[in-house]
Amino acid sequence: MDRNVNFRRIVKLVRVVEENPRVKTFWFRDALCSKAKPGQFVMVWIIGVDEIPLSLSTIGDICSITVAKVGDATETMHKLKPGDSVGVRGPYGNGFKIVKGRVAVVAGGVGLATLLPLLERLKECGCRTEAFLGFRSKHDIFQLAKVERAVKPDGAVMVATDDGSIGFKGLVSELFEKHLRKSRPSYDVVYTCGPPAMIRRVYELCETWGLKIQASLEAYMKCGIGICGSCCIGPYRVCRDGPVFSASQLRKMPELGLYKRGPDGAKLPI
Amino acid sequence: MFKLFLGLIDLAPQPMLKVETLGLRFRNPLILAAGILGLTAPILRRVVESGAGGVVTKSIGLKPRKGYPNPTVVDLGFGFLNSMGLPNPGLEKFMKELETLRDLEAPIILSIYAFSEDELVEIGRAVSGLDVISAVELNISCPHVDGISEIAKDPILVKSYVKTLKRHVDKPVIVKLSPNVSDIVRIAEAAVDGGADALTAINTVRAMSIDVEVGRPVLAGVFGGLSGPAIRPIAVRCVYEITESLDIPVFGCGGVETARDVIEFLMAGATAVQLGSAIARGGLRIFKKILKGLRSFLEEKGYNSIDDIRGLAHRR
Repeated sequence: MDRNVNFRRIVKLVRVVEENPRVKTFWFRDALCSKAKPGQFVMVWIIGVDEIPLSLSTIGDICSITVAKVGDATETMHKLKPGDSVGVRGPYGNGFKIVKGRVAVVAGGVGLATLLPLLERLKECGCRTEAFLGFRSKHDIFQLAKVERAVKPDGAVMVATDDGSIGFKGLVSELFEKHLRKSRPSYDVVYTCGPPAMIRRVYELCETWGLKIQASLEAYMKCGIGICGSCCIGPYRVCRDGPVFSASQLRKMPELGLYKRGPDGAKLPI
Repeated sequence: MFKLFLGLIDLAPQPMLKVETLGLRFRNPLILAAGILGLTAPILRRVVESGAGGVVTKSIGLKPRKGYPNPTVVDLGFGFLNSMGLPNPGLEKFMKELETLRDLEAPIILSIYAFSEDELVEIGRAVSGLDVISAVELNISCPHVDGISEIAKDPILVKSYVKTLKRHVDKPVIVKLSPNVSDIVRIAEAAVDGGADALTAINTVRAMSIDVEVGRPVLAGVFGGLSGPAIRPIAVRCVYEITESLDIPVFGCGGVETARDVIEFLMAGATAVQLGSAIARGGLRIFKKILKGLRSFLEEKGYNSIDDIRGLAHRR
Protein backbone atom coordinates (compact mmCIF):
# COMPACT_ATOMS: atom_id res chain seq x y z
CA MET A 1 0.00 0.00 0.00
CA ASP A 2 1.18 3.49 -0.82
CA ARG A 3 1.95 5.73 2.08
CA ASN A 4 -0.45 8.57 2.76
CA VAL A 5 1.00 11.51 0.79
CA ASN A 6 -0.27 13.84 3.53
CA PHE A 7 2.21 12.44 6.04
CA ARG A 8 5.14 14.81 6.35
CA ARG A 9 8.63 13.50 5.56
CA ILE A 10 11.77 15.21 6.79
CA VAL A 11 14.24 15.18 3.89
CA LYS A 12 17.89 16.21 3.74
CA LEU A 13 18.97 18.59 1.03
CA VAL A 14 21.63 16.84 -1.03
CA ARG A 15 22.47 19.73 -3.34
CA VAL A 16 21.73 23.45 -3.57
CA VAL A 17 22.28 25.24 -6.89
CA GLU A 18 22.15 28.98 -7.45
CA GLU A 19 20.27 29.46 -10.74
CA ASN A 20 20.53 33.25 -10.65
CA PRO A 21 20.84 35.85 -7.88
CA ARG A 22 17.13 35.45 -7.01
CA VAL A 23 16.54 31.77 -7.67
CA LYS A 24 17.94 28.58 -6.13
CA THR A 25 17.23 24.92 -6.73
CA PHE A 26 17.17 22.48 -3.80
CA TRP A 27 17.66 18.74 -4.40
CA PHE A 28 16.38 15.95 -2.15
CA ARG A 29 15.38 12.30 -2.19
CA ASP A 30 11.77 11.29 -1.54
CA ALA A 31 10.10 8.14 -2.87
CA LEU A 32 6.65 9.69 -3.24
CA CYS A 33 7.97 12.76 -5.08
CA SER A 34 9.91 10.48 -7.44
CA LYS A 35 6.54 9.14 -8.62
CA ALA A 36 4.95 12.58 -9.08
CA LYS A 37 3.41 13.83 -12.31
CA PRO A 38 4.74 16.96 -14.06
CA GLY A 39 2.91 19.99 -12.66
CA GLN A 40 2.32 18.53 -9.21
CA PHE A 41 3.52 20.38 -6.13
CA VAL A 42 4.66 19.72 -2.58
CA MET A 43 4.05 21.57 0.67
CA VAL A 44 7.52 22.39 1.94
CA TRP A 45 8.00 22.99 5.67
CA ILE A 46 10.81 25.43 6.26
CA ILE A 47 11.17 24.25 9.81
CA GLY A 48 10.22 26.84 12.40
CA VAL A 49 9.30 29.46 9.77
CA ASP A 50 6.48 28.51 7.42
CA GLU A 51 5.15 25.90 5.04
CA ILE A 52 4.73 26.87 1.37
CA PRO A 53 3.55 25.21 -1.85
CA LEU A 54 6.32 24.62 -4.42
CA SER A 55 6.15 22.80 -7.74
CA LEU A 56 8.62 20.01 -8.36
CA SER A 57 11.17 21.29 -10.87
CA THR A 58 12.77 17.85 -11.30
CA ILE A 59 11.05 14.48 -10.91
CA GLY A 60 13.41 11.51 -10.81
CA ASP A 61 15.50 9.46 -8.40
CA ILE A 62 16.48 12.81 -6.98
CA CYS A 63 13.85 15.53 -7.04
CA SER A 64 14.13 19.27 -6.86
CA ILE A 65 12.21 22.42 -6.06
CA THR A 66 13.17 25.80 -7.46
CA VAL A 67 12.53 28.82 -5.31
CA ALA A 68 12.62 32.57 -5.96
CA LYS A 69 13.31 34.90 -3.05
CA VAL A 70 9.95 36.62 -2.53
CA GLY A 71 9.23 36.66 1.21
CA ASP A 72 10.29 35.55 4.70
CA ALA A 73 9.90 31.84 4.02
CA THR A 74 11.81 31.88 0.76
CA GLU A 75 14.51 34.19 2.21
CA THR A 76 15.09 31.60 4.95
CA MET A 77 14.97 28.80 2.40
CA HIS A 78 17.74 30.48 0.43
CA LYS A 79 20.00 30.28 3.48
CA LEU A 80 19.70 26.48 3.65
CA LYS A 81 22.74 24.40 2.70
CA PRO A 82 23.32 20.79 1.69
CA GLY A 83 22.77 18.62 4.77
CA ASP A 84 20.03 20.90 6.14
CA SER A 85 16.52 19.47 6.36
CA VAL A 86 13.06 20.52 5.25
CA GLY A 87 9.70 18.79 5.61
CA VAL A 88 7.71 17.77 2.54
CA ARG A 89 4.19 16.45 2.06
CA GLY A 90 2.51 15.63 -1.20
CA PRO A 91 2.85 15.46 -4.14
CA TYR A 92 -0.44 17.27 -4.54
CA GLY A 93 -2.67 18.48 -7.34
CA ASN A 94 -3.66 17.17 -10.73
CA GLY A 95 -0.55 17.93 -12.79
CA PHE A 96 -0.46 18.45 -16.55
CA LYS A 97 -2.22 16.13 -18.99
CA ILE A 98 0.19 15.08 -21.71
CA VAL A 99 -1.05 15.92 -25.20
CA LYS A 100 0.99 14.40 -28.00
CA GLY A 101 1.60 16.56 -31.04
CA ARG A 102 2.61 20.14 -31.61
CA VAL A 103 2.66 22.07 -28.34
CA ALA A 104 3.60 25.50 -27.04
CA VAL A 105 5.03 26.12 -23.59
CA VAL A 106 4.79 29.69 -22.31
CA ALA A 107 6.74 30.42 -19.12
CA GLY A 108 7.04 33.60 -17.08
CA GLY A 109 9.99 33.97 -14.70
CA VAL A 110 10.34 31.25 -12.07
CA GLY A 111 7.12 29.70 -13.45
CA LEU A 112 9.50 27.92 -15.81
CA ALA A 113 10.46 25.64 -12.91
CA THR A 114 6.96 24.11 -12.89
CA LEU A 115 7.20 23.45 -16.63
CA LEU A 116 10.65 21.76 -16.62
CA PRO A 117 9.43 18.19 -15.80
CA LEU A 118 6.67 18.69 -18.40
CA LEU A 119 9.21 19.67 -21.07
CA GLU A 120 11.16 16.47 -20.36
CA ARG A 121 7.99 14.38 -20.61
CA LEU A 122 6.97 16.08 -23.88
CA LYS A 123 10.39 15.17 -25.30
CA GLU A 124 9.92 11.53 -24.26
CA CYS A 125 6.54 11.54 -26.00
CA GLY A 126 8.04 12.90 -29.22
CA CYS A 127 6.13 16.18 -29.14
CA ARG A 128 7.18 19.10 -31.30
CA THR A 129 7.58 21.77 -28.64
CA GLU A 130 7.98 25.51 -29.03
CA ALA A 131 8.99 27.18 -25.77
CA PHE A 132 8.43 30.88 -25.07
CA LEU A 133 10.34 32.04 -22.01
CA GLY A 134 9.97 35.43 -20.35
CA PHE A 135 12.40 36.96 -17.86
CA ARG A 136 13.04 40.42 -16.42
CA SER A 137 16.52 40.53 -17.94
CA LYS A 138 19.26 38.24 -19.20
CA HIS A 139 20.52 37.92 -15.59
CA ASP A 140 17.29 36.16 -14.60
CA ILE A 141 17.53 33.40 -17.17
CA PHE A 142 17.90 29.90 -15.75
CA GLN A 143 17.85 26.34 -17.08
CA LEU A 144 17.90 27.57 -20.68
CA ALA A 145 20.19 24.73 -21.79
CA LYS A 146 17.76 22.19 -20.32
CA VAL A 147 14.86 23.73 -22.24
CA GLU A 148 16.92 23.79 -25.45
CA ARG A 149 17.72 20.08 -25.02
CA ALA A 150 14.06 19.27 -24.35
CA VAL A 151 12.73 20.88 -27.53
CA LYS A 152 15.27 19.21 -29.86
CA PRO A 153 15.28 18.18 -32.64
CA ASP A 154 12.39 19.99 -34.31
CA GLY A 155 11.20 22.51 -31.72
CA ALA A 156 12.44 25.97 -30.82
CA VAL A 157 13.08 28.23 -27.84
CA MET A 158 12.23 31.93 -27.94
CA VAL A 159 13.20 34.31 -25.13
CA ALA A 160 11.67 37.64 -24.14
CA THR A 161 13.10 40.03 -21.56
CA ASP A 162 11.40 43.08 -20.06
CA ASP A 163 14.54 45.19 -20.62
CA GLY A 164 15.47 43.70 -23.97
CA SER A 165 18.88 42.63 -22.68
CA ILE A 166 18.45 39.44 -24.66
CA GLY A 167 15.91 38.22 -27.21
CA PHE A 168 12.56 39.97 -27.73
CA LYS A 169 12.09 43.19 -25.73
CA GLY A 170 8.76 42.99 -23.92
CA LEU A 171 6.45 40.54 -22.23
CA VAL A 172 6.50 36.86 -23.13
CA SER A 173 2.76 37.08 -23.85
CA GLU A 174 3.54 39.75 -26.46
CA LEU A 175 6.21 37.51 -27.98
CA PHE A 176 3.74 34.64 -28.06
CA GLU A 177 1.08 36.84 -29.69
CA LYS A 178 3.54 38.06 -32.30
CA HIS A 179 4.41 34.46 -33.11
CA LEU A 180 0.72 33.50 -33.39
CA ARG A 181 0.05 36.39 -35.79
CA LYS A 182 3.10 35.65 -37.92
CA SER A 183 3.08 31.86 -38.19
CA ARG A 184 -0.52 30.97 -37.28
CA PRO A 185 0.69 27.69 -35.75
CA SER A 186 -1.90 25.01 -35.01
CA TYR A 187 -0.84 23.95 -31.50
CA ASP A 188 -2.63 20.95 -30.04
CA VAL A 189 -2.24 22.56 -26.62
CA VAL A 190 -0.61 25.54 -24.94
CA TYR A 191 0.94 24.91 -21.52
CA THR A 192 1.63 27.90 -19.33
CA CYS A 193 2.86 28.92 -15.90
CA GLY A 194 3.94 32.29 -14.57
CA PRO A 195 2.56 35.45 -12.96
CA PRO A 196 -1.28 35.56 -12.93
CA ALA A 197 -1.47 38.60 -15.23
CA MET A 198 0.68 36.79 -17.80
CA ILE A 199 -1.47 33.68 -17.57
CA ARG A 200 -4.59 35.76 -18.07
CA ARG A 201 -3.11 37.27 -21.25
CA VAL A 202 -2.00 33.87 -22.59
CA TYR A 203 -5.47 32.48 -21.82
CA GLU A 204 -7.12 35.37 -23.70
CA LEU A 205 -4.83 34.71 -26.68
CA CYS A 206 -5.75 31.02 -26.63
CA GLU A 207 -9.46 31.90 -26.56
CA THR A 208 -8.99 34.28 -29.51
CA TRP A 209 -6.99 31.78 -31.53
CA GLY A 210 -9.08 28.76 -30.60
CA LEU A 211 -6.24 26.97 -28.84
CA LYS A 212 -6.56 24.53 -25.93
CA ILE A 213 -4.77 25.61 -22.78
CA GLN A 214 -3.47 24.03 -19.59
CA ALA A 215 -2.48 26.75 -17.12
CA SER A 216 -0.78 26.11 -13.79
CA LEU A 217 -1.98 28.71 -11.26
CA GLU A 218 -0.62 29.87 -7.94
CA ALA A 219 -2.47 31.00 -4.83
CA TYR A 220 -1.89 31.59 -1.15
CA MET A 221 -2.28 28.16 0.38
CA LYS A 222 -2.68 26.68 3.85
CA CYS A 223 -3.91 23.09 4.00
CA GLY A 224 -3.02 21.81 0.51
CA ILE A 225 -5.67 19.10 0.83
CA GLY A 226 -8.82 20.88 -0.28
CA ILE A 227 -10.53 21.80 2.98
CA CYS A 228 -9.42 25.23 4.21
CA GLY A 229 -10.56 27.33 1.25
CA SER A 230 -7.53 29.67 1.27
CA CYS A 231 -6.54 29.01 -2.34
CA CYS A 232 -9.92 29.30 -4.05
CA ILE A 233 -10.10 31.04 -7.42
CA GLY A 234 -13.67 31.17 -8.66
CA PRO A 235 -15.34 27.89 -7.65
CA TYR A 236 -12.06 25.98 -7.72
CA ARG A 237 -9.46 25.05 -5.12
CA VAL A 238 -6.00 25.49 -6.64
CA CYS A 239 -4.59 22.78 -4.33
CA ARG A 240 -7.12 20.08 -5.10
CA ASP A 241 -8.94 20.94 -8.35
CA GLY A 242 -5.71 22.36 -9.84
CA PRO A 243 -3.11 23.66 -9.92
CA VAL A 244 -3.52 22.98 -13.67
CA PHE A 245 -6.74 24.32 -15.20
CA SER A 246 -8.36 24.11 -18.63
CA ALA A 247 -10.05 26.92 -20.59
CA SER A 248 -13.53 25.85 -19.44
CA GLN A 249 -12.38 26.24 -15.82
CA LEU A 250 -10.48 29.49 -16.44
CA ARG A 251 -13.70 30.95 -17.88
CA LYS A 252 -15.23 30.60 -14.40
CA MET A 253 -12.42 32.66 -12.84
CA PRO A 254 -13.27 36.27 -13.73
CA GLU A 255 -10.75 37.47 -11.14
CA LEU A 256 -7.79 35.68 -12.74
CA GLY A 257 -4.87 38.05 -13.06
CA LEU A 258 -6.86 40.98 -11.66
CA TYR A 259 -6.91 40.23 -7.96
CA LYS A 260 -5.77 37.50 -5.59
CA ARG A 261 -6.78 36.49 -2.09
CA GLY A 262 -4.58 37.18 0.92
CA PRO A 263 -4.20 35.02 4.03
CA ASP A 264 -7.39 36.58 5.45
CA GLY A 265 -9.35 35.75 2.29
CA ALA A 266 -9.75 39.40 1.31
CA LYS A 267 -9.32 40.45 -2.32
CA LEU A 268 -6.01 42.12 -3.16
CA PRO A 269 -5.50 43.86 -6.50
CA ILE A 270 -2.58 42.43 -8.48
CA MET B 1 -25.57 11.94 -20.22
CA PHE B 2 -26.41 9.05 -17.95
CA LYS B 3 -24.18 10.52 -15.28
CA LEU B 4 -25.83 13.92 -15.62
CA PHE B 5 -29.23 12.30 -15.19
CA LEU B 6 -28.12 10.56 -12.03
CA GLY B 7 -26.77 13.87 -10.78
CA LEU B 8 -30.21 15.43 -11.19
CA ILE B 9 -31.86 12.62 -9.25
CA ASP B 10 -29.40 13.16 -6.41
CA LEU B 11 -30.42 16.79 -6.03
CA ALA B 12 -34.14 16.40 -6.64
CA PRO B 13 -36.29 17.12 -3.57
CA GLN B 14 -36.13 14.12 -1.24
CA PRO B 15 -38.96 14.34 1.28
CA MET B 16 -37.47 11.46 3.30
CA LEU B 17 -34.25 13.43 3.88
CA LYS B 18 -35.53 16.94 4.51
CA VAL B 19 -34.98 18.68 7.81
CA GLU B 20 -37.16 21.49 9.16
CA THR B 21 -35.77 23.28 12.14
CA LEU B 22 -35.37 26.85 13.39
CA GLY B 23 -38.05 27.84 10.88
CA LEU B 24 -35.65 26.84 8.08
CA ARG B 25 -35.88 24.13 5.45
CA PHE B 26 -32.81 22.04 4.71
CA ARG B 27 -33.32 19.69 1.74
CA ASN B 28 -31.11 17.12 3.51
CA PRO B 29 -29.28 16.79 6.84
CA LEU B 30 -25.74 17.35 5.47
CA ILE B 31 -24.43 20.78 6.38
CA LEU B 32 -20.95 22.06 5.62
CA ALA B 33 -19.21 22.64 8.97
CA ALA B 34 -17.72 25.99 9.96
CA GLY B 35 -14.11 26.57 8.97
CA ILE B 36 -14.23 24.29 5.95
CA LEU B 37 -13.92 26.07 2.59
CA GLY B 38 -16.47 28.78 3.46
CA LEU B 39 -14.21 31.76 2.88
CA THR B 40 -15.48 32.80 -0.58
CA ALA B 41 -18.89 32.88 -2.27
CA PRO B 42 -18.11 30.82 -5.40
CA ILE B 43 -16.84 27.82 -3.42
CA LEU B 44 -19.85 27.96 -1.05
CA ARG B 45 -22.08 27.86 -4.13
CA ARG B 46 -20.15 24.85 -5.42
CA VAL B 47 -20.57 23.05 -2.08
CA VAL B 48 -24.34 23.51 -2.35
CA GLU B 49 -24.29 22.38 -5.99
CA SER B 50 -22.39 19.33 -4.78
CA GLY B 51 -25.35 18.38 -2.60
CA ALA B 52 -25.00 20.05 0.81
CA GLY B 53 -28.32 20.77 2.49
CA GLY B 54 -26.88 23.87 4.14
CA VAL B 55 -23.60 25.63 4.72
CA VAL B 56 -21.88 27.22 7.68
CA THR B 57 -19.34 29.87 6.69
CA LYS B 58 -15.83 30.33 8.04
CA SER B 59 -15.93 32.01 11.41
CA ILE B 60 -16.10 35.74 10.81
CA GLY B 61 -15.08 38.46 13.25
CA LEU B 62 -15.45 42.20 13.29
CA LYS B 63 -11.93 42.79 11.98
CA PRO B 64 -9.85 40.94 9.36
CA ARG B 65 -7.49 38.23 10.67
CA LYS B 66 -4.65 36.61 8.79
CA GLY B 67 -4.62 33.51 10.96
CA TYR B 68 -1.47 31.67 11.96
CA PRO B 69 1.50 30.93 9.72
CA ASN B 70 1.81 27.42 8.28
CA PRO B 71 1.88 24.54 9.07
CA THR B 72 -1.76 24.93 10.00
CA VAL B 73 -3.03 21.44 9.12
CA VAL B 74 -1.67 17.99 9.92
CA ASP B 75 -3.13 14.73 8.64
CA LEU B 76 -2.64 12.10 11.34
CA GLY B 77 -4.33 9.33 9.38
CA PHE B 78 -7.06 8.84 11.98
CA GLY B 79 -7.95 12.53 12.01
CA PHE B 80 -6.81 16.03 11.19
CA LEU B 81 -5.19 18.53 13.46
CA ASN B 82 -5.62 22.18 12.55
CA SER B 83 -4.59 25.51 13.91
CA MET B 84 -5.80 28.00 11.33
CA GLY B 85 -6.16 30.87 13.80
CA LEU B 86 -9.55 32.09 12.51
CA PRO B 87 -8.42 33.67 9.22
CA ASN B 88 -11.19 35.83 7.74
CA PRO B 89 -11.60 39.11 5.86
CA GLY B 90 -13.76 40.71 8.57
CA LEU B 91 -17.53 41.09 8.64
CA GLU B 92 -17.88 44.02 6.25
CA LYS B 93 -15.95 42.45 3.36
CA PHE B 94 -17.45 39.04 3.95
CA MET B 95 -21.00 40.40 3.77
CA LYS B 96 -20.22 41.73 0.28
CA GLU B 97 -19.04 38.23 -0.61
CA LEU B 98 -22.28 36.66 0.64
CA GLU B 99 -24.47 39.17 -1.21
CA THR B 100 -23.89 37.17 -4.40
CA LEU B 101 -25.47 34.06 -2.85
CA ARG B 102 -29.10 35.23 -2.57
CA ASP B 103 -30.32 32.56 -4.96
CA LEU B 104 -28.67 29.66 -3.12
CA GLU B 105 -30.93 26.65 -2.60
CA ALA B 106 -29.69 25.99 0.90
CA PRO B 107 -29.69 28.04 4.10
CA ILE B 108 -26.48 29.94 4.85
CA ILE B 109 -25.46 29.94 8.48
CA LEU B 110 -22.95 32.65 9.34
CA SER B 111 -20.37 31.51 11.86
CA ILE B 112 -19.20 34.38 14.04
CA TYR B 113 -16.75 34.91 16.85
CA ALA B 114 -16.17 37.87 19.14
CA PHE B 115 -13.48 38.73 21.66
CA SER B 116 -15.95 40.71 23.77
CA GLU B 117 -19.68 41.17 24.22
CA ASP B 118 -19.34 44.67 22.77
CA GLU B 119 -18.03 43.12 19.55
CA LEU B 120 -20.89 40.67 19.64
CA VAL B 121 -23.42 43.50 19.84
CA GLU B 122 -21.83 45.17 16.83
CA ILE B 123 -21.84 41.96 14.80
CA GLY B 124 -25.41 41.12 15.79
CA ARG B 125 -26.65 44.53 14.69
CA ALA B 126 -24.68 44.41 11.44
CA VAL B 127 -26.12 41.09 10.32
CA SER B 128 -29.71 41.83 11.41
CA GLY B 129 -31.89 42.49 8.39
CA LEU B 130 -29.52 40.70 6.00
CA ASP B 131 -31.80 38.02 4.65
CA VAL B 132 -29.01 36.19 2.79
CA ILE B 133 -28.09 34.83 6.23
CA SER B 134 -30.58 32.33 7.67
CA ALA B 135 -29.00 31.88 11.10
CA VAL B 136 -25.84 32.62 13.01
CA GLU B 137 -23.61 30.06 14.68
CA LEU B 138 -21.71 31.48 17.62
CA ASN B 139 -18.19 30.08 17.78
CA ILE B 140 -17.19 30.14 21.43
CA SER B 141 -15.07 27.06 21.16
CA CYS B 142 -12.20 27.47 18.66
CA PRO B 143 -9.56 25.56 20.66
CA HIS B 144 -6.51 27.42 19.40
CA VAL B 145 -7.33 31.11 19.70
CA ASP B 146 -6.86 32.73 23.10
CA GLY B 147 -9.87 34.78 24.06
CA ILE B 148 -12.30 32.46 22.26
CA SER B 149 -11.54 28.98 23.56
CA GLU B 150 -12.10 30.07 27.18
CA ILE B 151 -15.69 31.19 26.63
CA ALA B 152 -17.09 27.69 26.07
CA LYS B 153 -15.61 26.48 29.37
CA ASP B 154 -17.44 28.96 31.59
CA PRO B 155 -21.22 28.55 31.91
CA ILE B 156 -21.68 32.08 33.22
CA LEU B 157 -19.82 33.55 30.24
CA VAL B 158 -21.67 31.30 27.80
CA LYS B 159 -25.06 32.38 29.11
CA SER B 160 -24.05 36.02 29.05
CA TYR B 161 -22.63 35.89 25.49
CA VAL B 162 -25.66 34.09 24.11
CA LYS B 163 -28.06 36.46 25.86
CA THR B 164 -26.25 39.49 24.48
CA LEU B 165 -26.24 38.12 20.94
CA LYS B 166 -29.89 37.10 21.11
CA ARG B 167 -30.83 40.59 22.19
CA HIS B 168 -29.14 42.20 19.19
CA VAL B 169 -29.75 39.83 16.31
CA ASP B 170 -32.95 39.00 14.47
CA LYS B 171 -31.93 35.46 13.48
CA PRO B 172 -31.87 32.05 15.12
CA VAL B 173 -28.71 31.60 17.19
CA ILE B 174 -26.87 28.29 17.16
CA VAL B 175 -24.14 27.90 19.78
CA LYS B 176 -21.17 25.71 18.89
CA LEU B 177 -19.96 23.87 21.96
CA SER B 178 -16.53 22.65 22.89
CA PRO B 179 -15.74 19.08 23.94
CA ASN B 180 -12.85 20.46 26.00
CA VAL B 181 -14.97 20.76 29.13
CA SER B 182 -15.67 18.46 32.05
CA ASP B 183 -19.46 18.54 31.64
CA ILE B 184 -20.83 19.56 28.25
CA VAL B 185 -24.45 19.29 29.43
CA ARG B 186 -23.85 22.04 31.98
CA ILE B 187 -22.53 24.31 29.21
CA ALA B 188 -25.41 23.35 26.93
CA GLU B 189 -27.86 24.31 29.71
CA ALA B 190 -26.13 27.66 30.07
CA ALA B 191 -26.52 28.30 26.32
CA VAL B 192 -30.21 27.36 26.51
CA ASP B 193 -30.65 29.66 29.52
CA GLY B 194 -29.12 32.45 27.46
CA GLY B 195 -31.71 31.86 24.77
CA ALA B 196 -29.89 29.64 22.25
CA ASP B 197 -32.19 28.31 19.53
CA ALA B 198 -29.95 25.34 18.73
CA LEU B 199 -26.56 23.86 19.54
CA THR B 200 -23.75 22.39 17.50
CA ALA B 201 -21.76 19.62 19.16
CA ILE B 202 -18.83 19.54 18.87
CA ASN B 203 -15.99 21.81 17.89
CA THR B 204 -12.54 20.21 17.55
CA VAL B 205 -10.73 18.57 20.44
CA ARG B 206 -7.72 20.54 21.68
CA ALA B 207 -4.64 18.56 20.73
CA MET B 208 -1.06 18.76 19.50
CA SER B 209 1.44 16.82 17.45
CA ILE B 210 5.23 16.80 17.66
CA ASP B 211 7.49 15.93 14.75
CA VAL B 212 9.92 13.50 16.37
CA GLU B 213 12.50 13.92 13.60
CA VAL B 214 13.01 17.57 14.43
CA GLY B 215 11.70 17.63 18.01
CA ARG B 216 9.24 20.47 17.48
CA PRO B 217 5.46 20.91 17.53
CA VAL B 218 4.33 20.61 13.90
CA LEU B 219 1.69 23.33 14.06
CA ALA B 220 3.07 26.87 13.98
CA GLY B 221 0.34 27.68 16.52
CA VAL B 222 1.60 24.75 18.68
CA PHE B 223 -1.91 23.72 19.80
CA GLY B 224 -4.69 22.84 17.43
CA GLY B 225 -8.02 21.12 17.17
CA LEU B 226 -8.49 17.48 16.28
CA SER B 227 -11.23 16.64 13.80
CA GLY B 228 -12.12 13.64 11.67
CA PRO B 229 -12.99 10.03 12.49
CA ALA B 230 -10.91 10.02 15.69
CA ILE B 231 -13.36 12.32 17.46
CA ARG B 232 -16.64 10.86 16.18
CA PRO B 233 -17.33 8.72 19.28
CA ILE B 234 -16.73 11.77 21.48
CA ALA B 235 -19.11 13.86 19.36
CA VAL B 236 -21.78 11.14 19.35
CA ARG B 237 -21.50 10.88 23.14
CA CYS B 238 -21.89 14.67 23.51
CA VAL B 239 -24.96 14.78 21.24
CA TYR B 240 -26.51 11.87 23.15
CA GLU B 241 -25.81 13.43 26.56
CA ILE B 242 -27.23 16.82 25.55
CA THR B 243 -30.39 15.47 23.90
CA GLU B 244 -30.93 13.13 26.84
CA SER B 245 -31.46 16.06 29.17
CA LEU B 246 -32.37 19.05 27.00
CA ASP B 247 -35.08 19.61 24.41
CA ILE B 248 -33.21 21.69 21.82
CA PRO B 249 -32.14 21.00 18.22
CA VAL B 250 -28.54 19.80 18.09
CA PHE B 251 -26.34 19.71 15.00
CA GLY B 252 -24.00 16.73 15.33
CA CYS B 253 -20.49 17.50 14.19
CA GLY B 254 -17.28 15.48 14.31
CA GLY B 255 -15.90 12.82 11.98
CA VAL B 256 -18.88 12.33 9.68
CA GLU B 257 -17.58 10.44 6.62
CA THR B 258 -20.29 7.96 5.62
CA ALA B 259 -24.07 7.54 5.63
CA ARG B 260 -23.75 5.24 8.65
CA ASP B 261 -21.97 8.04 10.55
CA VAL B 262 -24.87 10.39 9.78
CA ILE B 263 -27.35 7.77 10.95
CA GLU B 264 -25.36 7.28 14.15
CA PHE B 265 -25.61 11.01 14.94
CA LEU B 266 -29.32 11.08 14.10
CA MET B 267 -29.97 8.08 16.34
CA ALA B 268 -28.01 9.83 19.09
CA GLY B 269 -30.55 12.66 18.80
CA ALA B 270 -29.02 15.07 16.31
CA THR B 271 -31.42 17.14 14.19
CA ALA B 272 -28.88 17.23 11.34
CA VAL B 273 -25.12 16.86 10.97
CA GLN B 274 -22.21 19.05 9.95
CA LEU B 275 -19.19 17.71 8.13
CA GLY B 276 -15.94 18.99 6.70
CA SER B 277 -12.73 17.04 7.22
CA ALA B 278 -14.18 14.19 5.14
CA ILE B 279 -13.83 16.40 2.06
CA ALA B 280 -10.03 16.04 2.34
CA ARG B 281 -10.24 12.38 1.36
CA GLY B 282 -13.65 12.05 -0.25
CA GLY B 283 -13.70 15.33 -2.18
CA LEU B 284 -16.89 17.27 -2.79
CA ARG B 285 -18.44 14.12 -4.27
CA ILE B 286 -18.89 12.94 -0.70
CA PHE B 287 -22.20 14.79 -0.24
CA LYS B 288 -23.98 12.89 -3.02
CA LYS B 289 -22.35 9.64 -1.97
CA ILE B 290 -23.62 10.00 1.61
CA LEU B 291 -27.10 11.03 0.43
CA LYS B 292 -27.31 7.90 -1.70
CA GLY B 293 -26.25 5.78 1.28
CA LEU B 294 -28.83 7.47 3.50
CA ARG B 295 -31.66 6.72 1.07
CA SER B 296 -30.57 3.09 0.73
CA PHE B 297 -30.42 2.66 4.50
CA LEU B 298 -33.88 4.14 5.09
CA GLU B 299 -35.41 2.09 2.27
CA GLU B 300 -33.73 -1.14 3.35
CA LYS B 301 -34.88 -0.76 6.95
CA GLY B 302 -38.36 0.40 6.01
CA TYR B 303 -38.14 3.90 7.50
CA ASN B 304 -40.23 6.60 5.85
CA SER B 305 -37.89 9.46 6.67
CA ILE B 306 -34.96 10.45 8.83
CA ASP B 307 -37.49 11.69 11.38
CA ASP B 308 -38.18 8.00 12.15
CA ILE B 309 -34.64 7.35 13.35
CA ARG B 310 -33.91 10.58 15.17
CA GLY B 311 -33.14 9.88 18.82
CA LEU B 312 -33.79 6.17 18.39
CA ALA B 313 -30.85 5.20 20.58
CA HIS B 314 -32.42 6.88 23.60
CA ARG B 315 -34.98 4.05 23.91
CA ARG B 316 -34.65 2.15 27.12
